[in-house]
Amino acid sequence: MDRFAWTDGSLAHQEQIITHQNSVRLYDGDNKTNFDRGNLKLTSFRLIWTADKDKKCVISLSLSLVILLEEQGGGFNRSPKIILHLSAVDAYKPPGPIASSKHSFIKLSFQDGGKTEFYYALKDTLARRGWDLPAANKSPQKPPQKSIRTGIGGIEERLQQKHKDTDKDITQAFQDLSKLMNKAEEMVKLSKNLTQKIKDKRGEITDDETVQLKSYLLSLGVADPVTRETHGSGDTFYKELARQVSDVMTQPLQECGGIMPLSDVYCRMNRARGVEMLSPDDLVNACRLMSIMRLECRLQTFESGVMVLHLQEHSEDESLQDTVCRVESTGSLSADELARLIGLSVILSRERLLAAERKGELCRDDTAEGLRFYRNLFMTQ
Amino acid sequence: MGNFEFPWQYNFPPFFTLQPNADTRRKQLDAWRSLVLDYHRHNKQYTLDIAEAQSSDLFFNKSINRKLSLESINTVLEELRKTENLEWKDKSKKQCMIMWRSPAEWAKLIYQWVTNNGMNNTVCTIYELQNGDDTKDEDFHGLDSWLLDKALKLLVSQHKAETISYDGSDGVKFF
Repeated sequence: MDRFAWTDGSLAHQEQIITHQNSVRLYDGDNKTNFDRGNLKLTSFRLIWTADKDKKCVISLSLSLVILLEEQGGGFNRSPKIILHLSAVDAYKPPGPIASSKHSFIKLSFQDGGKTEFYYALKDTLARRGWDLPAANKSPQKPPQKSIRTGIGGIEERLQQKHKDTDKDITQAFQDLSKLMNKAEEMVKLSKNLTQKIKDKRGEITDDETVQLKSYLLSLGVADPVTRETHGSGDTFYKELARQVSDVMTQPLQECGGIMPLSDVYCRMNRARGVEMLSPDDLVNACRLMSIMRLECRLQTFESGVMVLHLQEHSEDESLQDTVCRVESTGSLSADELARLIGLSVILSRERLLAAERKGELCRDDTAEGLRFYRNLFMTQ
Repeated sequence: MGNFEFPWQYNFPPFFTLQPNADTRRKQLDAWRSLVLDYHRHNKQYTLDIAEAQSSDLFFNKSINRKLSLESINTVLEELRKTENLEWKDKSKKQCMIMWRSPAEWAKLIYQWVTNNGMNNTVCTIYELQNGDDTKDEDFHGLDSWLLDKALKLLVSQHKAETISYDGSDGVKFF
């Protein structure tokens, strides 16, 4: 009886119901059990028993465990029975109603008849070994079929096969990814441990070594990413996240001219975090809090809708003046020329030029060759 | 009649793109307005044909390969109309008069010439005014008939002149 497992009664892929019988009682060995009146279903994989009194009480027995069948005829005041001899319990068996039992057989007692039909159906099903089929059936038969089938049927089959293969590939690919995630999690754990150890052993290790080790850890990823799990949801999470984004991005921002599109920030943040991925929404929400929190970095949205992160010290006037100077020294500039000159993305260069135009510092020359900007001589001459 | 000297803007490529910045655009349109008027004054031209405008030197600087778009030309002309320097000849807006001097200014100029030459209370023909030897050195020599007519009508309304016609030719009598 310990071979039974709880189930919700739903069928597995390719599992089919073969027959069913009402008023069946289950015996554990020779003893009656509490599973006294129920519906017994025979599927190609399992026996499923559902209690009449409580439809939620459903237990199943895998047919692969059945070694031998035996019939036991009925008599006066005795209902006919089928005896199922079972193999040992599978170690990975899901939990069932009875944890252990000394009997290695069960009896099915048919109180409303139907034993003979059920017996033959069960015997037949066992002989067919349906639970082995999905794996065993396919491989030997497929190749010859493939070459024979032509026409629309053949094409359809080939397409189906292709779908299946892609499906398999994808599943495999993601398996690798989940393995990677697991490993990465370990890495983060390791780095956390190391950080903790450094904290504990302060003094024993020189400052230089600490800094070096920390930089190694940082190049692996953020040592302690802010997540919803650790920092709750809503405001606190966003605030902590904003602080972290600001801390992490300050140096890269300084290196690339004090301004960076939010999309780049998103990539850099997630690369640094490794496992605990940020959603774009979370990042935007966190960045919106930056100006309120008076952080080093600030979010700015241009009129075109482009969002950027920039350093607080990086003032707009300064970049405006710089842009105007560059245009003046070359005579005229297009967005991509400016991008090449100052090492900024084309989108941001364009935004700078447009901002300068709005201020009346530049004016445009719109031709088939593209948009160029000149000093606004209309205003100065 | 020497070559017309274009202003510096004419060689400035952004001059040929209508500027989106309001202040800049104002300056740009002002520059266009005076360019169109100066150009016509220099060449003593009074009419402008939209169909030919885009290929004329005025709106097409071949040396820097920049051309004002038809849409922008219309914007410039609309500016001129607002300042009463332009009047459409037809409703479909295909041809217009460029008035680098307003009819009132013309009227004043003509009347001055008349008094300076002591021709008050005399009659002269329209042809004499436009093409006569006496007016050769005057600005209104060769003035467009349509514009001259407007100027004379103004003088009539001021009781400084009277138009008369006899023998199929038109004349005017100044008081």
